[in-house]
Amino acid sequence: MFPTPIQKRSRAAQLTYQSFLPLALILWLLPLLAVALFSIRPLSDFTNGNYWGMPSSFDMFANYGRVLFESDMPRYLLNSLWITIPTVIGAVALSCMTGFALGIYRFRGNLLIFFMFIAGNFVPFQILMVPVRDLTVQTGLYDTKTGLILFHIAFQTGFCTLFMRNFIRALPFELIEAARVEGVKEWRIFWYVVLPLMRPAIAALSVLIFTFIWNDYFWAIVLTQGPNAQPVTAGITAFNSQFVAQYNLMSAGSIVAAIPPVVMFFAMQKHFIAGLTLGAVK
Amino acid sequence: MNAAVHNQTWLQRNKMTVTPILFLIPGILFFTIYVISPIFQSFNISLYEWDGLGDATYIGLGNYQELIHDRSFNMSLWNNVKWLVLYLLAIPGGLAIALFLNQTVPGIRLYKSLFFFPFVLSQVVVGLVFSWFYLPRVGLLNAVLGYLGLGSINVLGDPALATYGVIAAGLWPQTAYCMILYLTGLNAVDPEQIEAGRLDGAKGWRMLWHIVLPQLRPATFIAFVVTIIGALRSFDLISIMTNGGPFGSTRVLSFLMFEKALGEYGFRMGYGSAIAVVLFLIMLVFIGYFLWSMWRDERDARR
Repeated sequence: MFPTPIQKRSRAAQLTYQSFLPLALILWLLPLLAVALFSIRPLSDFTNGNYWGMPSSFDMFANYGRVLFESDMPRYLLNSLWITIPTVIGAVALSCMTGFALGIYRFRGNLLIFFMFIAGNFVPFQILMVPVRDLTVQTGLYDTKTGLILFHIAFQTGFCTLFMRNFIRALPFELIEAARVEGVKEWRIFWYVVLPLMRPAIAALSVLIFTFIWNDYFWAIVLTQGPNAQPVTAGITAFNSQFVAQYNLMSAGSIVAAIPPVVMFFAMQKHFIAGLTLGAVK
Repeated sequence: MNAAVHNQTWLQRNKMTVTPILFLIPGILFFTIYVISPIFQSFNISLYEWDGLGDATYIGLGNYQELIHDRSFNMSLWNNVKWLVLYLLAIPGGLAIALFLNQTVPGIRLYKSLFFFPFVLSQVVVGLVFSWFYLPRVGLLNAVLGYLGLGSINVLGDPALATYGVIAAGLWPQTAYCMILYLTGLNAVDPEQIEAGRLDGAKGWRMLWHIVLPQLRPATFIAFVVTIIGALRSFDLISIMTNGGPFGSTRVLSFLMFEKALGEYGFRMGYGSAIAVVLFLIMLVFIGYFLWSMWRDERDARR
């Protein structure tokens, strides 16, 4: 193991390490801790210049209550949810199929198609912006969740295909050959042999895509504009102009907006990290 | 041809070709409509003067000629270089934190998750958090500086500092990302090689450089890919933290493109597309290199 396990070091080194850990963490999360502290202060603290002292009262419930009941925040959160979930389902479904086709079959153009998906996944969003917006406007899907979902599904298919194809490549190929010898139809091989083995990949991709899409901002402002369809990342600017200079409420608002992917991460940590670091080890 | 094959239908005989095609059609269709063909359309639009609504006028390379003399374009390009170079700090930074956390003490798993956690936040939230952190009067940064007797700075209000302030905010989640890549990589480092190195008297830096880092190459490669792509994609943080200001000093190409095509100063789709094409070509150099290395791995894997 590298570096040398701390247990093999001197007692002093161990104590230093143990006390540095929390300190380093606090430093690392300092900007966030500041926001968390802001979000429980009353507004009067800000007018009195009491930014970093003891809060004059703990207004957690009042602040978060106003975010949830006196603003459009719940609507934006729901929009985010209704955009994110269909995208996850769509992109994962499409890429299970493309990954299966590219991972199992040998045909001319296989690598070419695979590399097209990878390359497309890396392009800057701006090169797609004008035509995609135009297409969305022309199909009457501008400022709708559907318009945003369709684009997200298409774009995420690139990354998901990369992921799924490499995962399927690592499966034992003998299983598929054995099924073929038995005379199992190809689509049944997909459904009954490969798909059950892909469960961990599906779980990992789902949490990753959930986070990516929930956190998307660029396409939200390009393809939507009002509280009807805007997800929370875009809605939060409107929220902030509603409560301008009320740092306690703005802080509470951005914490509320951040919570779903954070919960998702902590609940599905193993899958999340497995997905993110696929390929980091050979 | 034997009788068994003869009795099969065309579909059965060609199932190894037909099946992958059928499985690929939906994915390719979506991807072509929303990703591949827009790239070519953007190239085409960049040759027109177009407000997005009325008729487009063909002006050849006019937009590109205008770009060369556009001061905001040059400034944005230069900022992109700053992003690209400074963003790479996330890689050694992530490695350092990964080495720091690669221990087995009680609670270390929670520490790892909490160190990684900024990556899960949306860039919008990161941007807001950091712009409040930098605030001249209210922000924590200036509270700390004041406490240390160092005076105060208005990071995002100063054209000389603002871009660095935004990049620092971007480095926060990006370093966390690189850290998790390296933590996973370190897990897979071969303990026997480490022991062999120790017996040979390798320690500290020498061990890291000669024995550990070579084994971390796959992690380093991915860290490079995601960091470079992330640097060139930077948009959200700029939009949230400075909106390109002060005096346009924090714009990068992606932001400038958005501003020209959909911003307050009118809809110049053609000009915006020309900027997007330039950004795309820069990115293409890196994409080409990434694909080339992946292709090499594929080829080696087949042998």
